Amino acid sequence: MIMISLKRKLRGVLAGTALLAASVGLLAAGPAAADDDTIKIGVLHSLSGTMAISETTLKDTVLMMVDDLNKKGGLLGKKVEAVVVDPASNWPLFAEKARELLTKDKVSVVFGCWTSVSRKSVLPVFEELNGLLFYPVQYEGEESSNNIFYTGAAPNQQAIPAVEYLMSKDGGDVKRWVLAGTDYVYPRTTNKILEAFLKSKGVAPEDIMINYTPFGQSDWQTIVADIKKFASAGKKTAVVSTINGDANVPFYKELANAGIKASDIPVVAFSVGEEELAGIDTKNLVGHLAAWNYFESVKSPTNDAFIKMWHDYIKNPKRVTNDPMEATYIGFKMWTQAVLQAGTTDVNAVRQALYGQKVQAPSGMEVVMNTNHHLSKPVMIGEIQPDGQFDVVWQTKSVIKADAWSKYIPESAKLTADWTYPWVCGNCTEPKYKSYGN
Amino acid sequence: MAVLRLFLCLMVLTAGAARADALSDLVAHLAGDSFSDREAAVAALGDLGDGRAIPALNALNDGRLYVASDGRVVIGDPGTGDALKASDPVTGSWLDPVPAGLDRIRVNNRLRNGIAEALGKLKLFSPDRADRLVAAREAARHGSADTMATLRHAAEIEADAEVKAAILSSLMTVQVTAGTKTEQLAAIASLAGRMDPEIRGLLGQLADGGTVVEPEVKAAATAAARAIDRRLAILDYAINLFQGLSLGSVLLLAAIGLAITFGVMGVINMAHGEMIMLGAYTTFVTQEAFRRYLPESWFDAYLIVSIPAAFLVAGAVGAALERSVIRFLYGRPLETLLATWGVSLMLQQLVRTVFGAPNKEVSNPSWMSGGFVISGGFTVTWNRLYIILFCALILLALVAVIRRTAFGLHMRAVTQNRGMAAAMGIPTARVDALTFALGSGVAGMAGVALSQIGNVSPNLGTLYIVDSFMVVVFGGVGNLMGTLVGALGLGIINKFLEPVAGAVLGKIVVLIAIILFIQVRPRGLFALKGRAAEL
Repeated sequence: MIMISLKRKLRGVLAGTALLAASVGLLAAGPAAADDDTIKIGVLHSLSGTMAISETTLKDTVLMMVDDLNKKGGLLGKKVEAVVVDPASNWPLFAEKARELLTKDKVSVVFGCWTSVSRKSVLPVFEELNGLLFYPVQYEGEESSNNIFYTGAAPNQQAIPAVEYLMSKDGGDVKRWVLAGTDYVYPRTTNKILEAFLKSKGVAPEDIMINYTPFGQSDWQTIVADIKKFASAGKKTAVVSTINGDANVPFYKELANAGIKASDIPVVAFSVGEEELAGIDTKNLVGHLAAWNYFESVKSPTNDAFIKMWHDYIKNPKRVTNDPMEATYIGFKMWTQAVLQAGTTDVNAVRQALYGQKVQAPSGMEVVMNTNHHLSKPVMIGEIQPDGQFDVVWQTKSVIKADAWSKYIPESAKLTADWTYPWVCGNCTEPKYKSYGN
Repeated sequence: MAVLRLFLCLMVLTAGAARADALSDLVAHLAGDSFSDREAAVAALGDLGDGRAIPALNALNDGRLYVASDGRVVIGDPGTGDALKASDPVTGSWLDPVPAGLDRIRVNNRLRNGIAEALGKLKLFSPDRADRLVAAREAARHGSADTMATLRHAAEIEADAEVKAAILSSLMTVQVTAGTKTEQLAAIASLAGRMDPEIRGLLGQLADGGTVVEPEVKAAATAAARAIDRRLAILDYAINLFQGLSLGSVLLLAAIGLAITFGVMGVINMAHGEMIMLGAYTTFVTQEAFRRYLPESWFDAYLIVSIPAAFLVAGAVGAALERSVIRFLYGRPLETLLATWGVSLMLQQLVRTVFGAPNKEVSNPSWMSGGFVISGGFTVTWNRLYIILFCALILLALVAVIRRTAFGLHMRAVTQNRGMAAAMGIPTARVDALTFALGSGVAGMAGVALSQIGNVSPNLGTLYIVDSFMVVVFGGVGNLMGTLVGALGLGIINKFLEPVAGAVLGKIVVLIAIILFIQVRPRGLFALKGRAAEL
């Protein structure tokens, strides 16, 4: 137990290191130019600690977009400058850094956060200071803040369609379900929604197995053996995985070595994209699935341009693109369009201009920002290929509107999120303003 | 689908053309617009019973089947650079020039199942004995009345005894669900002695199959399922034991270096995990070097080469760490702890800067991929088996070094009584540096093994540091045997708890148990007695 008290003592050291790293990041972003002819935007992604593995790429994506915008002459005749801070995968530090960006650096907008807990930690700060945050990651829904725009998928744009696909004949007519996840808010909420959904489709409770594992789980022997046993009951079985980041590599390695083929027990993952697969040898994983709103393998002119832009910026043709990067791209494009339309970076004006804003996305479709602060996006199911890419095997014919509140959880089915008149509310059962004449 | 399949068959038959034409016609249909079209073509190829369709189906399964812009279907193989070499799927002859506008034909899981079934049917009659054997064993997985007829036919003409036995065994399995009542009863009776969960599943389906199943069959299935359940329960113990042993060996590997630096030298080395990480990254670099500079047939040897490489790299870093930081801090545990923590953060950031934040892919060499089935449901994976062996070898080597060599003698002398050892002419400073290097080097070798089962990322070390300290403290500081017993004990306890309590609760229970244990025996399982314990 030395360890725990030690950790407490070391927090100071840690914070110091993070501060150092942050100031290095600031320096790297270039010396601050004169205030009047620049627009500052904040980048709030972890560059160290456990989440650096995923978030560093999103920081690079924002910097790429800024670079591109400045090359095209900036915004409203001003140069755009990115202020990069490092919250170091430390949730309270996220809130501190957010406050710093909004009050000290006076940024017009912030692009950031990955985990739900980091978003929940900065949410009060953005609401208190009336800031603007673009959140680019698929998440569990059940939230709508006036100060956050969610450009990742809500459960009805990822989890539900994926399960419906597996239930269909093409997906293998699955009758038995393993819901495996890491033990934190996103998997717990998503599985709650999925369980309710499956039961509404007539799946018996004994045909659903729910399993949670700690963060960074590295020994999957028992769980993989359990899945095998569960699947041997004779009904077609699939695994719905909300296993987070780092724990996926040992999970897939164990699956492959235990001889579980995708054609026997398909695994559909909501947190595994091209970037995560780059750390795994995919030869034995061909056919396992992922559900996203974008895959790098999508054929569209916008996507070709997006991939080229990324390779040119990062100067490494081997780096892959993924869904959260596309969501960052969409968020950044929407914000610039809204600023141009509003003619100012004022948060209230930009927010109004964002509703109904359309962007031609790399996914090949035109995505729209709704008044519930979530997007209408296409949903795609991809199968893992030997080269670490995904083949799209199914996709929606048009965009799907995100539900901020899931209709499968009784208490949230009653709630509506709509930030325009007469609702002006993120979680209400009736409009805040009665319509005129009532 | 069925209609389409029938239509395809009819079309092929009524064409009245030679068999080769029927074959090429169906192969061309593999490029159908929808997955259903392709599935129908695949099934028709299986029914056609022409072994020349096998290469095309294999290629389709592996994603090597392409359709050209003129509609021709070809097999593509990697040629020079990005270009593909193309061959005709039926005749196998190379096509020159390569048809223009090649587009890969996509497959999904449903189609893969269809391909497996069709291939199974075709291979059952293949001239190659090995092919037939595999097909005979696989046939049980795609059971239907259709396969039953095929299997019966195959059994009649099969000459090889082993293949015939496999065919009959599969036939039995298929008969459980698809046979007549007498067949079903006979099949159930003969399968009741098996231990596969798949068969248990089949029997279970019959047992609660409702009114469709004859009551007699139902009763027989229920009894047989119960018999299998009893045997599976015993098997579960064996599975848990092996998994516990495997987890224990991973823990032991992670902790064994620490048992030297912390256990023997008394240095609280928070950078221990980063030594493991450096070993894993050395493995990655070796792998990349093999990929780039050596012929592909040598690739499987990369792991062997990376073991000494990781030992040297981590050992060198360890020696440098001891000489530059730790030697000034002997006897000041708190400062050592803080300093090594700082070093660990620096090493993490260094690796992140050099290699980037995302995970690196380290693949299992072919001799470490996959596993073998001991009995249904109990698969021993090669990588875990090799890690257990590797771990035992390292432990033996370490014991030999400490007990049998002059360096080992010096090491023990210095840790037991530094002043006396120095008076006897032992260069204590050098022994310190070498001991620390040894501990770090062993951690590096652990990194090689851990790269085979998990992530290779800058955070690798932080995942193992807490577990390592736990094992060393639990086992008893300053005692390799204690570390061994501690690691295996924790591993096995964990694996027996996990099925009952779940992974999250299991971990908590183990942690609380250790805290309580330490209250009773503060010096761990194997406490050193005498003056050495006063260190």
